[in-house]
Amino acid sequence: MLTIKDGNKTMSQPSKLNLGPNLFNWAPEKLRDFYFKIADEAPVDTVFIGEVVCSKRQPFFAQHIPEVAERLTAAGKRVIFSSLALVLTKREVELTRELCEMEDVLIEANDLSACAKLAGRDHAVGPFVNIYNEGTLKVMEAQGAKHISLAGELSRTSLAALGKAATVDLEAQVFGRLPLAISARCYHARSHGLAKDSCQYVCDKDPDGMDLDTLDGDPFLAINGVQTMSYTCANLIGELSDLQTLGIHNFRLSPHDTDMVQVAKIFRSVLDGEIEPVEATEKLDELMDGLPFANGFYYATEGVKAKGAIEEFGL
Amino acid sequence: MKTEKLELVCPAGTPAALRAAVDAGADTVYCGFRDATNARNFPGLNFSRDELGAGIQYAADHGSKVLVALNTYPEAGNAEPWHKAVCDAADLGAHALIMADIGLLAYAAENRPNTRRHLSVQASASNPDAISYYTDTFDVKRVVLPRVLTVPEIAALNKEINVETEVFVFGGLCVMAEGRCSLSSYATGQSPNMNGVCSPASHVRYEDKGNKMVSKLGDFTINAFSESEAAGYPTLCKGRFSTQDKVSYLFEDPTSLNAAEFLPELMEAGVTALKIEGRQRGKAYIAQVVKAFRTAADAAARGEVIPDLGLEQITEGQRETTGAYNKRWQ
Repeated sequence: MLTIKDGNKTMSQPSKLNLGPNLFNWAPEKLRDFYFKIADEAPVDTVFIGEVVCSKRQPFFAQHIPEVAERLTAAGKRVIFSSLALVLTKREVELTRELCEMEDVLIEANDLSACAKLAGRDHAVGPFVNIYNEGTLKVMEAQGAKHISLAGELSRTSLAALGKAATVDLEAQVFGRLPLAISARCYHARSHGLAKDSCQYVCDKDPDGMDLDTLDGDPFLAINGVQTMSYTCANLIGELSDLQTLGIHNFRLSPHDTDMVQVAKIFRSVLDGEIEPVEATEKLDELMDGLPFANGFYYATEGVKAKGAIEEFGL
Repeated sequence: MKTEKLELVCPAGTPAALRAAVDAGADTVYCGFRDATNARNFPGLNFSRDELGAGIQYAADHGSKVLVALNTYPEAGNAEPWHKAVCDAADLGAHALIMADIGLLAYAAENRPNTRRHLSVQASASNPDAISYYTDTFDVKRVVLPRVLTVPEIAALNKEINVETEVFVFGGLCVMAEGRCSLSSYATGQSPNMNGVCSPASHVRYEDKGNKMVSKLGDFTINAFSESEAAGYPTLCKGRFSTQDKVSYLFEDPTSLNAAEFLPELMEAGVTALKIEGRQRGKAYIAQVVKAFRTAADAAARGEVIPDLGLEQITEGQRETTGAYNKRWQ
């Protein structure tokens, strides 16, 4: 618990740990069981569910969504349904419209098409909508955004200015590979010599993304279908208390194919002051099997860089 | 609705390039101020306030219009340079402002309501609901479409929206959804959205390794060239990388877009304007490309076959693609 920055608001605000939408192509049963475990064991407040990356994957998990949402809700978690990040085809437009027409649920807009449909009712805005400054933040708030998850590219300086201006909950991604780009083209399919239309869903071979190396053999990026991600795993565990002084109290963990319950428990322990960030980083390093950590964007430098508590665990 | 005559929108990074574009038959020229308010924030490029004023006058004297790109995302806590750019461009007589940021669109609509607002490609508005949001909320008069749509998709889109559309036909090709890419800042700390640069020259190095020339961006090797290959610029998404032990141009070959052959179909699809990329290019390049596309647009308007434009030699890597306009690209 920290006292928040605004002199008018003397209340202290609890920090919240949230689980972002699963960005990878996991088998439907595996994903269902993953959420059941999260419901039963993970110390998270909000869970974002739904396909964000590729509309072709969407039908497979759809059948499990009602039971997953029910289980999470019964466990006391808030469930928010995330919309697609890139909406190009007629089918994608319709999927987005259908989602936004659902009543009595909270929806996270990841494209302006969803923002448009959700205007006038309470909703969340995801990190795929560009909110770089107070002007845009104010427009989003006026349209009914109550929870805004900011893009990983923003520096501490930007987060501070946004935190100062915001009247709604702001969230930062503190764990997981960062989404860096999205395309109409599928690079997983391309890497396998397949066309997007007949991709055979090959992105399911890489539950944490497919490594992309430079010609020197240095790891650089990770491919997740139409999405390109950082090779490194974002980790702001050393910046959690600083983020709270900026007015950011919601922290997003992005799912990976590891024990996410443990990941959530480690972050919770740091938020509760039970362990130090350096010790927590060592535990996270084991869970991620040595995948390098990064937090450069926070320090307004190359996103790939690692500073502070995670410096020894960088690329 | 079928377009009778396509408007030709041409780039200018310098006053000389602006005059070259106008002289070569540009209906419209777009440019930016010399700072981070636009997405071609390169050293030695762009316009001072005085230069823009003179450029607008020169264009007006020759029957052309000038658009000003303010298409980066204002920095939190520091919106002033962007706000000033909106006011100055409007007051200097720009025909329209090209913007991507919602907060900046709101500012322009409120403070300079009489200057037309165009939606930049950097807003990545790729569907009717997103586009209608911008037209309904900020009275945007034209939308520059992302370079990821096929011609049939553009035709279908135009039937569902009530706004002019502008599409890229020549020059650099973003393969990622524009305005939603932070690959450059991951490797260099500088991004199109925040700094107006992608794969900036300040972070580029070429290393001679004896039998090959290696191009690097920040700490990362983007490509390597044998002695028989010309060493290209290391734009991140046009690099050669390895996935599954296979080396390839995974994102995109070092090609550039040339959609001249699609002009009749784009007219049929109801597109209003054609955009040529390349504010970083010199005046000779601008003159040649604008002249070629003037010929092509005029031929298309007369219902004639598009002649060979002879632009192969000046395209990136001397290779051309019709990009996403051709469905097989995806």
